[in-house]
Amino acid sequence: MQVQIQSIQKLFAMTQSYTDEFVDNALKDSAARQGWLSTLAKAPSEEVLKHWEDVVAPESQVLRPAETGMVMVRGRTGGAGNPFNLGEMTVTRCAIRLATGETGIGYVAGRDKTHAYVAAVADAMLQSSVWHDQVRDSLIEPLRQAADARRDAVSRKAKATQVEFFTMVRDRKA
Amino acid sequence: MAYVAVKGGERAITNAHTWLGEVRRGDTSVPELSVAQIREQMSLAVDRVMAEGSCYDPDLAALAIKQSRGDLPEAIFLLRAYRTTLPRFGASTPIETANMAVQRRVSAAFKDIPGGQVLGPTFDYTHRLLDFKLAAEGGHEVPPAQVSEEIMPTQLATIAQVFAHEGLLEGDPVTDASEQPYDLTREPMAFPADRDQRLQALARGDEGFLLSLAYSSQRGWGSTHPLCGEIRMGEVSVGFTPDELGFEIELADLPMTECIMLSGFAGSAEQAPQYTRGYGLTFGHNERKAMSMSIVDRALRGRELGEEGQAPCQDEEFVLYHSDVVEASGFVQHLKLPHYVDFQADLQFLRRLRREFFDAKAKALAEQTAHMKEAAE
Repeated sequence: MQVQIQSIQKLFAMTQSYTDEFVDNALKDSAARQGWLSTLAKAPSEEVLKHWEDVVAPESQVLRPAETGMVMVRGRTGGAGNPFNLGEMTVTRCAIRLATGETGIGYVAGRDKTHAYVAAVADAMLQSSVWHDQVRDSLIEPLRQAADARRDAVSRKAKATQVEFFTMVRDRKA
Repeated sequence: MAYVAVKGGERAITNAHTWLGEVRRGDTSVPELSVAQIREQMSLAVDRVMAEGSCYDPDLAALAIKQSRGDLPEAIFLLRAYRTTLPRFGASTPIETANMAVQRRVSAAFKDIPGGQVLGPTFDYTHRLLDFKLAAEGGHEVPPAQVSEEIMPTQLATIAQVFAHEGLLEGDPVTDASEQPYDLTREPMAFPADRDQRLQALARGDEGFLLSLAYSSQRGWGSTHPLCGEIRMGEVSVGFTPDELGFEIELADLPMTECIMLSGFAGSAEQAPQYTRGYGLTFGHNERKAMSMSIVDRALRGRELGEEGQAPCQDEEFVLYHSDVVEASGFVQHLKLPHYVDFQADLQFLRRLRREFFDAKAKALAEQTAHMKEAAE
């Protein structure tokens, strides 16, 4: 517990230098960034790494090496009420900076450090007009489409198991 | 009394563990299981290990199952031990199960629930006959699942939302959004326990224990007369706000099972009668657990709802102190570790007691004999 608090404090100190500057930039376009960061976080590692091969990435400096930790997932009492702690999930994060100054943050589900590193580099590139379109078209869009296709397939399979009730009317005269 | 350290047994332990490795592998003429195979084809075991291990990571859970030779409480222990090695980045935004991408949703109480009864990939209505096709070598063709031309609605109203306007069901208001919920991974169990603490303990709790408690409640030991309002299973988005970003991102869509159990009317002079509710939520597809949890959650609300009950499922200390499979298994199984000193002390004591017993008996007999002799004379 004590060790954890210390390591969290150390981490804050490490990240503080770029955090302030970063939050200012991020707020300008947080909605778009939210979208691609979520896509990168949720995508299966193999898919991310496969599409990443199509991206020509510039050199970057690692601000915080990829590190695996946990996020406590909170539920709500009764489904909509006060929060409670359901259980944790593994999450891996990484922070990098491009030579041109963009800072990239990757937070991804699971323990794949390469996935987190790629997410961080992609995030930084997406903030730059030079690389934005390339990363969007080669990485984010294919990942998003694959996720949509999976969700769509599951939804149609579920729909096919919906019960259709019918009422049998008994003809008393017969 | 002081503990006496005894050394020895290293070689025996090493050899035992090597043999364990061999037994784990089994007959080497049979192909070895991969972690991916366990993750994909033993997915409900993986779900249970993640729920009670209190850590969502299917690959780790599958690895734990492989390492434990399929002993799920042992796998849960391995996952719990692993999680202690990782730092905590923070807590998620509380999830919204109403927005779940539903794969299965049934209401046993309300046939016409909006969105309909969606069965999903269920064992229900199977005949529970062994399917020998699955035993065929080389696999058999698995017919693909039917796909509908329509998709599911993106949001299915919950049973609570359906009846909210009439007040027939109790609500679950957010009374304090800023409040940090109790965290059993940071604080010890304490009593009286609030509902957030109880729900966390039940979510990590042993499925078998909760199932038996729920069953005991149904059979009359603290009955809550439950009616299954709704069960839903599907993926729920988990949002998290990293400090360095300052805005929320979605980290994952995690499969979860949720159960809302409706229970006896509560009413008073101020409060109109309405259904009360019990709540169950687990990682993965784990209906038996979610249902049991919701019944036990409701039973544990007795104090708050003015019910006087003495049944095991209503006693929060009894339930919460004994629901954790790692603690329970550890405490029962520690008995097999050396207790040589306890036994030695017991033996000495027992020998003295027996000596005193026989001495007393011999003395009594001698006195009796002497007495009889005297009487005869």
